[in-house]
Parts: sequence; structure tokens; C-alpha cells
Amino acid sequence: MLSRTADHLFWMARYTERAENTARMLDVNVQTAMLPQSDADTEHSWRAVLGISELEQAYGTRYSSVTAQDVIDFMVRDPGNPSSIAACIREARENARAVRGTLTTEVWEIQNQTWLDLQKHLGNGLLAHDPSKFFDWVKYRSHLSRGVTLGTMLRDEAVNFIRLGTFLERADNTARILDVKFHAVRDAAQGERDFYYWAALLRSVSGFEIYRKVYRDVITPARVAELLMLRADMPRSLLACMEEVVTNLRAIHNDVSDDTERFAGRLHAELQFACIDDILRVGLHDTLNEFLARVYELGNRVSRDFLVPLAA
Amino acid sequence: MPKFFNEMSNEGVTREHYAEFCRWLEKQPPESVARKRAEADLSFRRVGITFAVYGDDAGTERLIPFDIIPRIIPAAEWAQLQTGLVQRVKALNMFIHDIYHGQDIVRAGIIPAEQIYRNAQYRPEMQGIDVASDIYAHIAGIDIVRAGAGEFYVLEDNLRVPSGVSYMLEDRKMMMRLFPELFARNRIAPVDHYPDLLLDNLRSVAPMGVNDPTVVVMTPGMYNSAYFEHAFLAQQMGVELVEGKDLFVSDNAVFMRTTHGPKRVDVIYRRLDDDFLDPLAFRADSTLGVAGLLSVYRAGRVTLANAIGTGVADDKSIYPYVPDMIRFYLSEEPVLNNVPTWQCRKPEDLDYVLNHLPELVVKEVHGAGGYGMLVGPASTKEQVAAFRERLLARPDAYIAQPTLALSHCPTFVEQGIAPRHIDLRPFVLSGKTVAMVPGGLTRVALQEGSLVVNSSQGGGTKDTWILER
Repeated sequence: MLSRTADHLFWMARYTERAENTARMLDVNVQTAMLPQSDADTEHSWRAVLGISELEQAYGTRYSSVTAQDVIDFMVRDPGNPSSIAACIREARENARAVRGTLTTEVWEIQNQTWLDLQKHLGNGLLAHDPSKFFDWVKYRSHLSRGVTLGTMLRDEAVNFIRLGTFLERADNTARILDVKFHAVRDAAQGERDFYYWAALLRSVSGFEIYRKVYRDVITPARVAELLMLRADMPRSLLACMEEVVTNLRAIHNDVSDDTERFAGRLHAELQFACIDDILRVGLHDTLNEFLARVYELGNRVSRDFLVPLAA
Repeated sequence: MPKFFNEMSNEGVTREHYAEFCRWLEKQPPESVARKRAEADLSFRRVGITFAVYGDDAGTERLIPFDIIPRIIPAAEWAQLQTGLVQRVKALNMFIHDIYHGQDIVRAGIIPAEQIYRNAQYRPEMQGIDVASDIYAHIAGIDIVRAGAGEFYVLEDNLRVPSGVSYMLEDRKMMMRLFPELFARNRIAPVDHYPDLLLDNLRSVAPMGVNDPTVVVMTPGMYNSAYFEHAFLAQQMGVELVEGKDLFVSDNAVFMRTTHGPKRVDVIYRRLDDDFLDPLAFRADSTLGVAGLLSVYRAGRVTLANAIGTGVADDKSIYPYVPDMIRFYLSEEPVLNNVPTWQCRKPEDLDYVLNHLPELVVKEVHGAGGYGMLVGPASTKEQVAAFRERLLARPDAYIAQPTLALSHCPTFVEQGIAPRHIDLRPFVLSGKTVAMVPGGLTRVALQEGSLVVNSSQGGGTKDTWILER
């Protein structure tokens, strides 16, 4: 496969996944904002959203205060935010358009239709009068794009690069959500309303029902961290993501990719054999930060070995 | 008021091959037709069958209007067209080969040497170079119009990078989806196997000694107006769609950069002009091409389709000689008419043209896209006078033709169904054999009275039906 083609596929998938995770994160904040809480707490939780995406500075240059309305607007449609949902959907579609011949007709049409519908939704005020519905729409379009990919595409390298993009991005996003939210929730959730905060965090990664099934017990912070990091059967956990990354890397193996496979394999193995108590003892924040740095490095190595090198 | 030939009915009598369709159309409730037309629009947008508009913001995409009334051609008419098209393209390929080799046709005194050498599209780099199967124009799009009495004329031969075939295929797909019942009632020859024929054709002209050639489609990129078609054809043929930056030359061969290292490329269906192919040989500022491509090509180690230098044969200054080419190379009489053409470089022709300017169309020999031309009947006295000055200053830069009364086809417009002018572009594939699918792209000028069918100027398209009996 052409390196440039692989590059477009990889980024198409990353942007699609990023749009979905941003929608998930915003949605959970909209939900928790309905709980009785102080203005300071509300502001804090919206600040956390910006923190997850490392966008506090960019936001600060455009808005003077942190309000739900402004953060949502900034994260969804602000042209000054290159990571907004609108920008991600546009980038996903542009990358798809550049390789539309490699995609099945169905995959391309989903990407194109999502982009067309986005213009409609941004124009018709859906975001203002029912933000959750809009976020649900973003999530479903992402589900649809993944499903159509698996349901219609030949199992060749193209799918491997798409999957690689999806799971590298998801590993990054889950780690970020967990890092920021875990501490925010632990600080905010004191007492009887604990449940609602943890439940909201779990729901943002479609993990609430899974938690119930797996633990059949009350929600505790340690188990939440374990579920999102170390459970191989939890589809958005770091371990599950890294398993997909390793599998797809193996499938696209080339003459220069040994080191990269080893790098990914080690990261995977460490998660596989880790135990949550040790992680919490060392410090969750440090562990997740190190994980994020290594995922970033892995992305660079994939670009270097297979794709269009980032700084060519 | 000139009289126009109408494809569907003349003097109130429906032509036989339209009878079935007309009976069907009469029975369609207007709201159902309106719904189907809206559905077609939506669907084209969803599929992203759009073309980019130059000079607009990058990324501006427009739909080409699609009209649901098909252009129908009966079997006998098509048989004659096909014979004529195959004959014409054969002769054109032989002409290009001759020009870049012995130039028999020049030595026989049929075409003056300066018509070749002074042509900007003549490529001295190609002189004496042998190409696979002696084929230069692997893909030819021949523009056909029908005039007042119903006779066909060839308006133009497009031998460089003719486009539009994807619309032929997508229009058919759309018609079958919207009106499946029509395809049960009429015996319409299928066209969907075009990409298959194209791939077969491209594989057949691989360099000597390559048994399982790697074919690619080369595009200038996603902001090119025909990008949809490039991607579409690559996908339908199952080959890579490459840009110049994906290719490089090494060891006297062309390679593409893949995720598994360099891979040799044997046949390049290129959709960019000669000028941009190789910055070392042609335009040095081209970032779309591949440095060193020409030298590999000249060594016969990669095939370009179409070949470099085909433009020498589709120029307006060469056009008048095509009937003579057919006689010279094939010893046959041309089946298709050429539009009578006056070459203003000839004093007696110039004389005639100057005396009949208000009724003629005068075109620049090397012009394209309708620029620098005079449409006599549609021009003011002042415009004609101004053009006369330009013509007198450089007579050899112009040719003139009678204003053709392009045929009409009923078409949906805002006020209902009205006659609009149409043309036809069938595609001829040449490799080891010459092949065509029964059909072509019918373009329609949607403005009342307009003869301009170009998509950039508000033209639309119609499905083209060749009936099997």
C-alpha cells in the first residue's frame, strides 16, 4: 500500500475516534452539571475538560470566563480550536476523500454524510437546545464508521492502518479522561453523591454497565482505574487498546518495524501484568503521564516506519 | 430562426425508440418525478460526486446537474457511430506514430510540415521513440454533435486526458436506482464494464517483458476538478491512485513508496498534462510530476497512458486533416463527418471567412474552453469588427466553422420540460485491440438557447441509452 494512503487512513481513523471521545467527555460534563453542586465545582469540571485536551491556553485567549456554553462551543465548533469536533470531522472526511478509492463506497459515504450532516446540525441549533442529542449523534456516526469499516472492507493493510489509528487514539484519549477525571471526581465526590460522579465517569467511556457486570459491587475508585486500564475485556481500556495496536502492528510488519513492534509489545506487556494496587501506590497520575508519553512516541515511530514522516 | 433536430420527437411525431419512454413518462405523477429528482440530487451529494471549482476556495465542491430524461440512441445509429469512432481513433493513433517516426503523411504532401513543427503540442522528445503496440491515445474522448437534419458530426477529438467517463457510469447507476422499471421495459445496453475494459487495455500495453504489470492511476491531487473521477477509476479497477510525490525514479525504473518499501510501477494512467509530468523535462516548477520520468519512459521501461505528445493530433489546426488521415492510413472513406473547416492561414479560406463572419464560429487554433472565439450569429457588429482586426493580424492562429444547429433533447428545467442542446462524448479504448462500451457521456446546456455544455458553465448530464434493438 502507498505510504501516503496508509497515512490518510491512519489519520482518518484517529480524527474519527477523537471526535467521538471529545463528544463523550463533553456529554458526561453536561450530565454531571445537572447534579446539585456549587458554581465553583461546575467551573472546575469544565476547566478539567479543557485540561484533558491541553487547550486551556487556547481557550483563554478567546474567552474571559469558563462557562458550559462557551466551553461546549469552543470544543465543538470554534474555528480557533483545531481539535474541535467540527475540525476532527472535517479532517476525517478530508483524509477519507484523499483515499476514497481505497475505501469501500460505504465507508466513504459514511464519512461524507457525517460531514454534510454536521453542517446541518451546526446550523439548526441542535447543539444549543439538546447538546446530549448532538453528542449522541457524534458517537453513533463514529460507531457507524467503525462498523462499516469492519463490515465491508477487505481484511488487508488498509484495515490494519485504520485500526491502528483508532486504538492509538483511543488509548491516548482514555488515559487523558481517566487522568483528569479521576482526580477531579475524587476531590469532588465526598460523601453521599459519590455514586453519581463515578457513574458519570464510567458512562463517558461506556463503562457503567460493564462495571456492574464485572464487579457486581459498589463503585470504588481503585476498581474504576482497574477497569479503564487493565481489563482486557473492557473495549476502551488501555490494555484492550494496546492489544489491538500490537496485533495490527504485527500484521503490517516490514523490514524496519522490529523496534517499533518491540516498543509497543513492551507497553502492552506492562499493562497485562500490572496490578492496580501497585499503580495507585506509585501514583496514577505519574503512571498515566508516562503512558501518554510512550503512546505519543509510538505514534511517531509508526509514522517513521510506515507513513509519511511527520517532519519531512 | 434555425431549425433544431429533436432527439425525442419532430413535428409532433415521437421517434420510435423514444415511444416506450414517453408512454412511461406520461403516466408518472408530477410529484413523483419531482421527488425522484430531489432524491438524485441528494444521493449525488452523499456519494460526493462533485467537481472542484477553480479560482474558488480550495475544497469548494459543486454538483453537476443530472437530468432524468435519458438521451436514447437506437441500435442502428450507434452501430454506425461505433464503426466511425473506431476507424477515426485508429487513424489518429497511426498518425501520431507516423509523426514521431517517418512522417510519411508529411512527405506525401497531405499535411504541411509546419503544421506539425509549429504546434506547441508537438514533443521533439518523442521523435523516434517506440511505445507499446504503437498506441499513443489509449483513452480517447470524441465529442459528437448532431445538426439540423439529424446527421452526426465530430466536433473535437480529445486525446490528452479526456474526462467524464465516471459521470457516464454514475448517471447509469442513478437511473437504475431511481427507475428500475424502465430497464425492464427497454433493452438498454449495459456500460458498467468500462473499468474492466480499461484495466484490460492498460495491462495490454505494459512494457516488453512485464507479464503481470502494476498499473496505477496518477492524479494531480484532490483539488483537481476531476479528482472524483480519478479516485473512482482507481477504485473500480482496484489499482493505486498515486500523486507525483508517491513516485520516484531509481535505476532507470519508476517506483512508488509503499508501506513495504519501494514497489515497481509498469503502467501509469496519468490524468495530468504533459507539461507537469517531469520537472526535469517540461515545466521545472511542476510539483505534481516525477523527476526523471521522461528518461525511464523513453527507455521503454514504463508505459504512460496516454503517451506524451498526443496533443499534436487533437489540435484544431490538425482537425481538418483527420478525414485525409483515414484515407491515407486505412485506405477507407471516413464514416463520420468532420465539421467543414476553413483554415484562415490559407488565403482563399481567409477570404471566405472575412466575407461571412456574422454567420461563422471562429476559433483560436490552440485555444480551449471557449476562450478567444467568435460566435458570429450571437455577436454584435462591433464585436465582429473587432474580431476581424485580430483575425487579420494573425490569420494562421484561427480556423472557422459554420454555426452548427446542435440537436435538442427534452430536459427538466424550472418551468417544466423544455428542449435543450446536447452533445455526446463516447470513449474509445485502444491497446492490443480497440474497444468501446455502448454509450458515452451526454452533456446538456441547461440555459435556454445556450450551446455551452461545459460543466464549469452550467452544463448538466444525462444518462445515455444505446438500445439493443
